[in-house]
Amino acid sequence: MERERRALLKLAGLTVVGLAGGALARTVEASSKHAAKPGTKRLAMVIDPRKCLEKDGCTDCIGACHAAHNVPAIDDPRREVKWIWKEKFSGAFPDQEAEYVDEALTSKPVLVFCNHCDNPPCVRVCPTQATWRRDDGIVMMDWHRCIGCRYCVAGCPYGSRSFNWVDPRPFLKSPTPDFPTRTKGVVEKCTFCDERIGKGQQPACVEACKEKALVFGDLNDPDSAVRQTLRARFALRRKAGLGTRPAIHYLV
Amino acid sequence: MHDGGKILTGLAVFLVLALLPFWHNAVGGTAAAPQPKIVTQEKECVAPRETIRSTHMELLNTWRDTVVREGTRTYMDARGKTVNMSLTNTCLSCHPNKKEFCDACHNYLAVSPYCWQCHVEKKESA
Repeated sequence: MERERRALLKLAGLTVVGLAGGALARTVEASSKHAAKPGTKRLAMVIDPRKCLEKDGCTDCIGACHAAHNVPAIDDPRREVKWIWKEKFSGAFPDQEAEYVDEALTSKPVLVFCNHCDNPPCVRVCPTQATWRRDDGIVMMDWHRCIGCRYCVAGCPYGSRSFNWVDPRPFLKSPTPDFPTRTKGVVEKCTFCDERIGKGQQPACVEACKEKALVFGDLNDPDSAVRQTLRARFALRRKAGLGTRPAIHYLV
Repeated sequence: MHDGGKILTGLAVFLVLALLPFWHNAVGGTAAAPQPKIVTQEKECVAPRETIRSTHMELLNTWRDTVVREGTRTYMDARGKTVNMSLTNTCLSCHPNKKEFCDACHNYLAVSPYCWQCHVEKKESA
């Protein structure tokens, strides 16, 4: 009887040690996940709102993006689909409470789209891995896999995701054959123009902006345009306090 | 076996009804398998004809996963030629007659692939 008890206690001790080791290994793995792998890119964008606002009411980037990606123009705000749009300053930066800032900035709309976070809540909640973070930082979507559960829509703190409540095809005047449309019941968002980046091109919005208000590049390259811009001027990120670590920087 | 006659009659009626599709084919002959119309300038496809016939859906699934999930967009085909992995822009550029090429067989076999709910069909020139 005594011997059995000792064996049981040994076994219980070993089990506890084993479980603790496993949990520790997982924690270490999770914390190293966001560290940059050598040789990989970290794609990001820097937006200069002053340049963006130079031309009043300009929607060149929005038009180019939505045309290139067959984004339907649905007027009903409850059903609209958008990849890139203008948001009120107080909506885009609710945590920026600095008073008496130049009203030229705070009274004007801010260009917003998917932030391609380092720590994306949408990816965490997706039950089918239809959305995931690529090694180069793009938060991608696989519309083949999306089951339309909208957990990601609820998870995204930036409202960057749109759900197709209706078939988008009737809302597209002349869909481009270079990009698929979506179907009713899937979620969609900006993919940082993965299809253009793969061909060595810049994202459609960056290319469309005549004021050069959008700068796109690799944060892991110290000489890239984004890094140079971020060195030269102070920049904000939307809701940085949430710990999502967005890749879209807004110059001040 | 008081109701033997009724049971046998019932069974006979059941057999006739259940096997109706077979009677129909035996009497009227089967519908001829469609011959997909090929109107391409190219001499060969990305894989041999028999492979494409039997497993084009698997190839398309592989293309889908490679493009979307791995971000690779080019494919070295059986001829050693590099092609862009795209249903709309590669497959349909050789086969612009989707109705006669894709739909003819799919309708005959009563399969309805949902590729076209999202992937844009080019306007048929023919």
